[in-house]
Amino acid sequence: MSQPESAVADAQAGGRSGQEPLAKLAKRYGLRRAIARPRFPVYLRQLWERRHFILTYATSRNVSKYNRSALGQLWQVLTPLLNAAIYFLMFGLILGGHKNIEHYPAFLLTGMFIFTYTQRTVTAGAKSISSNLSLIRALHFPRASLPLAYTIQELQQLAISMGVLFVLVIADTREWPNWYWLMIPVVLLLQTMFNIGAGLVVARLGATMRDLNQLLPFITRTWLYASGVFFSIQDKVVDSAGLPQWVANVMYLNPAASYIEWMREILISTHNKQFGHHPPPMVWMSCVFWAVFALCFGFWYFWRSEERYGRG
Amino acid sequence: MAELTKELSQVKGDKPAVPGEDVAAPGKGNGTPNTGKSAPGTDGQVRPQPETPGKRPLDVPTGTPTVIVDDLHIVYRVYGAASESEKGNAVNALTRILKRQGRPQMKEVHAVKGVTFVAYHGDAIGIVGRNGSGKSTLLRAIAGLLPPHEGAVYTDGQPSLLGVNAALMRELTGERNIVLGCYAMGMTPAEVREKYQDIVDFSGIDEFVQLPMSTYSSGMGARLRFAISSAKTHDVLLIDEALATGDREFRKKSQERIRQIRESAGTVFLVAHDLRVIEETCNRVIWLHKGKIKMDGDPKEVLAAYNKG
Repeated sequence: MSQPESAVADAQAGGRSGQEPLAKLAKRYGLRRAIARPRFPVYLRQLWERRHFILTYATSRNVSKYNRSALGQLWQVLTPLLNAAIYFLMFGLILGGHKNIEHYPAFLLTGMFIFTYTQRTVTAGAKSISSNLSLIRALHFPRASLPLAYTIQELQQLAISMGVLFVLVIADTREWPNWYWLMIPVVLLLQTMFNIGAGLVVARLGATMRDLNQLLPFITRTWLYASGVFFSIQDKVVDSAGLPQWVANVMYLNPAASYIEWMREILISTHNKQFGHHPPPMVWMSCVFWAVFALCFGFWYFWRSEERYGRG
Repeated sequence: MAELTKELSQVKGDKPAVPGEDVAAPGKGNGTPNTGKSAPGTDGQVRPQPETPGKRPLDVPTGTPTVIVDDLHIVYRVYGAASESEKGNAVNALTRILKRQGRPQMKEVHAVKGVTFVAYHGDAIGIVGRNGSGKSTLLRAIAGLLPPHEGAVYTDGQPSLLGVNAALMRELTGERNIVLGCYAMGMTPAEVREKYQDIVDFSGIDEFVQLPMSTYSSGMGARLRFAISSAKTHDVLLIDEALATGDREFRKKSQERIRQIRESAGTVFLVAHDLRVIEETCNRVIWLHKGKIKMDGDPKEVLAAYNKG
């Protein structure tokens, strides 16, 4: 179809080489297609080369976020503190969720902070492509940098909220940090791997499905209730509601619940007396599985449509 | 966005009802490639004359192509562009979904309709045309930032686009934007440290570099963006209206830099509404009209024709 046109163009362009199709001409001079998806290993290497961009972008976003407020960066600490206060007031005091749970504030806050990390990453990831279209249409870089930068940004926030969380947990349980706390970075690493993967998946979905941003709050809220953030899954599902044990097991297997459970085992010694500070095998296996699976699938899934992100 | 809406209103008129037919029959020019909208031979339409090698603009080195655009079609998706008949209320949205009329308020804009040309080492090509004629879209496609709907763009190395939209983060200081922009182009921290002062000096924004970019005048922003993007050596540089807002002194400086890029055997594309800039810097001009090439050749001839019609 392009045959006659290329001939015309060739003539226009200086009458060179007669009837040669442009695609052949391009090949002869070693020209490549302007938009082409690099092979997966190459893509990962390019991404690694942009690590400074990803880090700077994340930090810059965090800095500019509170630029206009009078208290400035203090909000990084104040936001999790205020959140903690509201959750405790709501679920601890008013709804009285703490009846069967020892150290309920520590239980609730651990769940809430861990869940918030995943929730915020997913919500931010969904917008990472669609709200940066001008950047995407202006500069060349592996697009996965954007959802990655959003995850890093949330990770930086998490570092601060974790500090707040540790202080509050110690104040509640009166237990000093022990050797098991060394596992905390491992859990957070696994959760971050999962978040990166989940962020990449929703980033691709959000780039084409405009309605995802409206829908996500409902999805994450359902997820919040299914993850046992302010109640014990075992307690409510099996003991109170009388549902079979497998329902509870399935709920424990959802990634958010797994990370929350493991973190609670570490921070609260009374959380699960049967296992002490160790997580049940099901929990840690679920944590590792979700981390590896989400990370691999997320990168692959996002990379598959790399060349289409600019279209809007 | 405003530009897109404008493009939309232009394209709407001749867009076939069935999306699939879009490409097969773009307007009336079917069969005669690169013809303008009007019927052939009427209203003084200028057909590009096939040039002989001897007639190539003077300062062009021998022909190694750097950019080949082969029958390129670009179709944009635009959201939220509701026409008058479908007011944005919930009932209409529901009927639309029930009738399976595709995505709510999504329009496809056929911005570039079959453009073909070859650019060579050392070329500085000016692109002229009215608002919404597809100039910026064409540049983005050459830069590999917009996927082609049909056809292909072949380039030598990675072209870089330098445009008014290249704003990084308006809330951040110029300093941070320089660092961020350099990283985004793939520089290492050492390179950024090395280039930083150059960029500040070239942009001429001096102490404003410590202020957020949202406080910059449009001219200062454009200068900084040009300074950032041109800090890296490019094989193919695409400049989209970036020089329009700069003052006289800056325009001279940037023209000097474009000349340097051309001398290092690169290719420069320049979109500008200020025809003087194009006449001063370019050795070849492409006139785009409604997404098609209307004329392609020597700046004097094309610009004279463009000024007439």
